[in-house]
Amino acid sequence: MIDSRTLLIIPAFNEEGAIGRVVREVKEAYPDLHVLVTDDCSEDATVDQAIIAGARVLQLPCHLGLGGCVQAGYKLAFEEGYDTVIRIDGDGQHDPKDIARLLEKLRSTGCEMVIGVRAKESGGLQTHPIRKVGIHFFRMLLRPILGRPVTDPTSGFVAVNARALSVFSSSFPLEYPEIETLVVLQRRKFRFEEVPCRMRKRMAGRSSITAMKSVYYVIHVLLGVFVNILRFDGRARKGQG
Amino acid sequence: MALLLDILTGLGILLLVIVLRSLRRDHIRVEHSVSWLAAAVALIALSRSGPLLERLSGYIGLKEPAITLLFLILIVFLGVFYRFSRAISELKDMNITLTQRVAILEYKLQRQNEEQQAKH
Repeated sequence: MIDSRTLLIIPAFNEEGAIGRVVREVKEAYPDLHVLVTDDCSEDATVDQAIIAGARVLQLPCHLGLGGCVQAGYKLAFEEGYDTVIRIDGDGQHDPKDIARLLEKLRSTGCEMVIGVRAKESGGLQTHPIRKVGIHFFRMLLRPILGRPVTDPTSGFVAVNARALSVFSSSFPLEYPEIETLVVLQRRKFRFEEVPCRMRKRMAGRSSITAMKSVYYVIHVLLGVFVNILRFDGRARKGQG
Repeated sequence: MALLLDILTGLGILLLVIVLRSLRRDHIRVEHSVSWLAAAVALIALSRSGPLLERLSGYIGLKEPAITLLFLILIVFLGVFYRFSRAISELKDMNITLTQRVAILEYKLQRQNEEQQAKH
């Protein structure tokens, strides 16, 4: 299941309290999996903790935000010839034991991306009420656009194959990428699947999306979704789609 | 309204001085100063040319030349702001690409060094 052409990316920004444990958990569960922490110019000891735990670290010299940080990992993976990339959060919310289930789904269905979503038996969506409202809003918005329901479009637990990796390494939403990514995939006629996963509380630190930022998040992502639709529809009309 | 035109002339001169000083101190690049210098010169010229401003007011359908000038300033400055927003967006995209490239090259260099050290 896990071979030398599979890479795990962990984007991290100021995650010194959790990153070491996350890397060690991954290494314990999958000793052969290549682990790359993409550090978004952290101001704490994130890089040191990741290296001590046994991960390789891609250090960005400037803070780019989540999208730019994840894309840097995708670019490196693409250049190094990996054909499968998994992404998990650096705060410990995702259980590495579920990685195998994502990979199994990715390979058995032949889809381009698999999203790990919170299983109902592990409590459904447990998050800040404002964010919860945002997620429900985007679920309703995305359903007609994607032509199918999506459980948690904001999940950062994803696995992609070589086709999606090729696209993401050259074009990736840069600030809040998860929702826009789904639109990019759909417009390219790529498919995604969902796998119910165990989700845990953060091991340390706080979410960067505060109540105030949630409002900005909704506006930003809404605009991004429609820009992507217009961009791809425009290309399709010109025959480049 | 004559006072408003005098104030706009003063603002035009102030803008001209600030941009020229910034140019001299290398705080602003020549290509980015052109829009502001053109706007400042146009502001001074129009605020001092009564008949031209009155003719423009007639075309637009405004009674007061000073209001016409404010309207024109708004359009010009919106254009300048839009131009700079585009420039900033392009620069940000280039900055992201460069940052990612530097990080990837550093990573590859470090791995090469580690491999060479392992061989020796």
